[in-house]
Amino acid sequence: MASIDIAPGAGTGAHPPGPIQRVTLLASLGWFAAVAILLFWQDLTFQPLVRELALVWGAVGGVLVVLGLGGNRLGRVGRWTAQRAPWLLAIGIGAAIWTVLTAKTGILPQPFFPTPQAMLEVFIYDWPKILHSTSFSVWLLAKGFFFGAVAGFLIGVGMGWSRAVSYWATPLLRYVGPLPATAWLPLAFFIFPSSGSASVFLIAFSTAFPVAVLTWSGIASVNRDYYEIARTLGASPLFLILRVAVPAALPHVFVGLFMGLSTSFAVLVVAEMLGVEAGLGWYLQWAQGWAAYANMYAALFVMAAMCSGLITLLFRIRDRVLVWQKGVVRW
Amino acid sequence: MVAQALKIIPQQAGSAINIEAVSHRFDLEGAPLPVLDDIGFDIEPGSFVALLGPSGCGKSTLLRLIAGLDHPAQGHIRVAGAEVADPDPSRILVFQDPTLFPWRTVRANVALGLEAQGTLKSEGHRVDEAIRLVGLSGFDKAYPHQLSGGMAQRVALARALVNRPNVLLLDEPLGKLDSLTRLAMQTELTRLWQQSGLTAVLVTHDVEEALYLAQRVIVFGPRPARIVADLAVDLPYPRHRGDPRLAELRHEALGHLGLDSSW
Ligand SMILES: Nc1ncnc2c1ncn2[C@@H]1O[C@H](COP(=O)(O)OP(=O)(O)OP(=O)(O)O)[C@@H](O)[C@H]1O
Ligand SMILES: [Mg+2]
Repeated sequence: MASIDIAPGAGTGAHPPGPIQRVTLLASLGWFAAVAILLFWQDLTFQPLVRELALVWGAVGGVLVVLGLGGNRLGRVGRWTAQRAPWLLAIGIGAAIWTVLTAKTGILPQPFFPTPQAMLEVFIYDWPKILHSTSFSVWLLAKGFFFGAVAGFLIGVGMGWSRAVSYWATPLLRYVGPLPATAWLPLAFFIFPSSGSASVFLIAFSTAFPVAVLTWSGIASVNRDYYEIARTLGASPLFLILRVAVPAALPHVFVGLFMGLSTSFAVLVVAEMLGVEAGLGWYLQWAQGWAAYANMYAALFVMAAMCSGLITLLFRIRDRVLVWQKGVVRW
Repeated sequence: MVAQALKIIPQQAGSAINIEAVSHRFDLEGAPLPVLDDIGFDIEPGSFVALLGPSGCGKSTLLRLIAGLDHPAQGHIRVAGAEVADPDPSRILVFQDPTLFPWRTVRANVALGLEAQGTLKSEGHRVDEAIRLVGLSGFDKAYPHQLSGGMAQRVALARALVNRPNVLLLDEPLGKLDSLTRLAMQTELTRLWQQSGLTAVLVTHDVEEALYLAQRVIVFGPRPARIVADLAVDLPYPRHRGDPRLAELRHEALGHLGLDSSW
């Protein structure tokens, strides 16, 4: 088992406990190189905010110098940089290459591939709109995901526990569940009073299906002995559901939640593009209408951050709730 | 240490068990599989009885019937005079496998019975006593996967004892332990039983274990199980494993199991 363990920092130039992190210093050189290219290589066409961008990248390089020199003495921060130094270097070099390919040589044609300066411009001048769109999207997603997760969980528990519920719900789930939630979109926008509530429904729908199926299979696969032991110890049926069946099924439930969250992203973006007049999906659409390519990339960038942030959050919650699984299974 | 901890456990009355003409069968692929055939015996309150028999003869089935997890096809089982209908915390079955709840700590596992009965708030101190009793103080926050097999089995025992059952049904509880732990646990079991006064019914494959622990050993024949012998082990506790009387009884028990030629 130890042989397949990936040691933290393996292949990342993890340092013996010397004070200076050489890779981190190298990363700062990468960023300074990007700054040099930005400032001393003539742009093909006029670019805004060259100095400001140079300042930002220079600051990153400066921080990396400090971190590299402080190195392992910085405790947690030091360990963090030590582990990610190769990535920090790669991103710096990436920034330099991006600048060369777009602003300096035009190998990637404008305006389809915006320059880094143009991206900075978007964030500086359009951040209120982006921020508002992001918070709108997160809120919409949160509502839909919450209702969908709760509904799916209850359906799954009901199906796993009661024959009657299972009898009626299984065919429905089999028949309707696999339908992509987006197929409901035209109808939902008619039936619901507002496009917002329609989107909440669609997101909830797409989340509920995998959560229900996995909760159900989780409860169905609980070891029978757990129930018998609990019953001899005086457990009531409610206790058996809440304290035996549900905790035993939780690892499955979380798999369902992960699947539900991933599909709900797709539904969210489509719903925002087609009906809701706000959110990152709508912002993307709007930017496309104006052929504002830099804004589209910015929206994609923020959207990726949002999705991965939410997935990470769900991972954190799972790690909290399922501590007992550590050591039972390999994470 | 164990003896000291035991003082905290108050005496509890063991219940009498009456098994009257019990027969039981299972359905195996549509064909009936008779497992118990007209079994009848009575167990004195507070006594220690071992059930011995070949594998698959129906010993576990009988324990499950006494626990109330299954209902006999024919016959009656009464505990403390009342017909057994459902599982009840006054009769607790300890499985061969400890089957701890992996998402609960040792403490929460032991507390489960009180929690289920709604008495955890008022009777919480019993949890710590039970954990101390089986010698696992300091492990209350550990999760089951952090325990050794013997420790897990002791937690299962504590989980049963915390309810102060009148009847303790043990289905090969020591079967999976290494021989050293097994010997130590056997001694602990007798002490626990002596101090608490409960009625203990132990299923085992191990003839020596049955004779060392129990006051009475009931020997079953192959399936469908029928009683082939009922041996009284007339030795005081604490017993000595080298006792010549135990050797005699062992010879006799093996004879009833059809294995005396190997002795
Ligand atoms: N739920 C069940 N359905 C069908 N047959 C069963 C069931 N439980 C037990 N049996 C059968 O009943 C017989 C007795 O089983 P039991 O578990 O009581 O044996 P046992 O005496 O405890 O054996 P061992 O000493 O190996 O544990 C076995 O032949 C088994 O196949
Ligand atoms: Mg058995």
